[in-house]
Amino acid sequence: MSDDKDRGSAQLRKAQATAADPLSEIMELQMGPSHPACHGTIKFNLRLDGENIIACDTEVGYLHRGFEKMCEQGTWTQAIPYTDRLNYASPLINNFIFCEAVERLCGITVPERASYLRVLLSECARISDHLTCLGMGATELGAFTVGFYMNEARELLYNMSSRVTGARVTVSYGRVGGLVRDVPDDFEDMIRAALKRTNEVLRDSEKLLERNRIFTDRMVGIGTMSQEQALSFGLTGPLLRATGIPYDLRKVAPYMVYDRMDFEVPVGTKGDNFDRFSVRFEETKQSIRIVEQCLAQLPGGPVIADDPTYVLPPKKDVYTTIEGLMNHFKIIIEGIRVPAGEIYFAGEAANGELGFYLVSDGSGRPYRVRVRPPCFYGMSALETMVKGFMIPDLAAIFGMINMIGGECDR
Amino acid sequence: MAIDSADLAARVAAAVPSSEPEGFATPGEGAIEVLAGAVPDVLRFLRDDPELSMRLFLDVTAVDYEESRGQLELIYVLRSPTSGERVLVKTRLDAADPRTASVSDVFAGANWAEREVYDMFGVHFEGHPNLRRILLYEEFEGHPLRKSYPYQKRQPLVPERDPIADPWPKKH
Repeated sequence: MSDDKDRGSAQLRKAQATAADPLSEIMELQMGPSHPACHGTIKFNLRLDGENIIACDTEVGYLHRGFEKMCEQGTWTQAIPYTDRLNYASPLINNFIFCEAVERLCGITVPERASYLRVLLSECARISDHLTCLGMGATELGAFTVGFYMNEARELLYNMSSRVTGARVTVSYGRVGGLVRDVPDDFEDMIRAALKRTNEVLRDSEKLLERNRIFTDRMVGIGTMSQEQALSFGLTGPLLRATGIPYDLRKVAPYMVYDRMDFEVPVGTKGDNFDRFSVRFEETKQSIRIVEQCLAQLPGGPVIADDPTYVLPPKKDVYTTIEGLMNHFKIIIEGIRVPAGEIYFAGEAANGELGFYLVSDGSGRPYRVRVRPPCFYGMSALETMVKGFMIPDLAAIFGMINMIGGECDR
Repeated sequence: MAIDSADLAARVAAAVPSSEPEGFATPGEGAIEVLAGAVPDVLRFLRDDPELSMRLFLDVTAVDYEESRGQLELIYVLRSPTSGERVLVKTRLDAADPRTASVSDVFAGANWAEREVYDMFGVHFEGHPNLRRILLYEEFEGHPLRKSYPYQKRQPLVPERDPIADPWPKKH
């Protein structure tokens, strides 16, 4: 054994002495865009000193579909399905934040029941997004069991989403003024069953990971960011909160009915990978609390505003009255006429601040729809996070940014 | 709760007189319009002023008004992490030759955001360390979010082939 070791180090010294030694040179390595750890499609152009990363040029854009240009071609309502395809791990949140932005531009008030349902479903989406990120992040470090446990709980939430909206991912459930239809009767049972399983999964995962040496060694102190760096890079959401800044739009600038909810904003202390993981983990528990409060407080009433300028008439009126038919025709063909103006509205998506900068020229089509994607800025900070760490850390750090191709590349 | 635009304009005018700020109304936040050349100084003031403390960089984006008035508008969005208040800073550029100073040395996040604005609108940010396309590929011609760029224009890197009219040759 010791012979081998001596021989090894002697060989190493000999190799280092020769100029042709590959280890003495800086190596350039292209990782991705179809590497298994590059979920979504992304490419890292790495410069390596041995296994240490000294530079990382991140290439994004492989999933660019021209979201912003497409939105300018259709009506405001036709942009809603596109927003599903931004962050496809939590499509309901994108839907509702976009609708909320347009509603503020129009000055419509959403019925209380719709607001509650939006909060409720947003939190369910946040739970499933966090479960995806945590499960995948753990799987990439070898903790497959956690990944499968979390997938199981997520599946129940997807089934609920499918039951409520008619689709697992491409939901298009929000409308300007409220929701497209009310939730089904067995909705509460499905949510309760999903939350019960989520609670169990979180408890089991915590036991599997909390004192797991392999896991903590690869997470604690890896990919550290200071508060000033995080603010300057525009990091929001769990990435910013991991550095210790309690910045959550649901608290600092409440929208929908978040001001009536009782929940806490978990923060980290060091801004490393472990803090990012823990912040998401605790947030999932807080989201469950919010969902339970919503279920307890859920009021009755309509789920869409009664405002014929912006909202489609009920189908019964379309088929039986001429006014309803004309109104339906005008809104479908010409689109809703959003008053001229501009607005920046942002909400707390699972990954951070999802902002919409909307410009309307008063016609039926958006003049400009800009999305401020949270993970695009996370990716821009990746080089700072990985510098000085090793290739295996790159997978862990990238996993905790939770880059979603649809949102980052649009 | 939101910052008053007129008040904000007065404060910026006192700190950076060359920016000639003017407040304008948008729902929910303080918004000012300044001269393009003074943007880095204005953002630096907003970031370092202890009372405003707009240290969280959110976004840089543009809107194309070339057809109506021959201009592009750049919009910078900042937020204070402590008070949660938000500020929009807007500036106008000439659409024929849009160029302005980069703010990537003020906020690190502006690096990628400005690359995207360059990619989509063709705005040249002077002093940017690495101004190249980000979402599109290097060979792409034009800037697609300009209104003058046709929506259905195609730019194939390899010639396109109609698989019905021109199928792969059969081997047997």
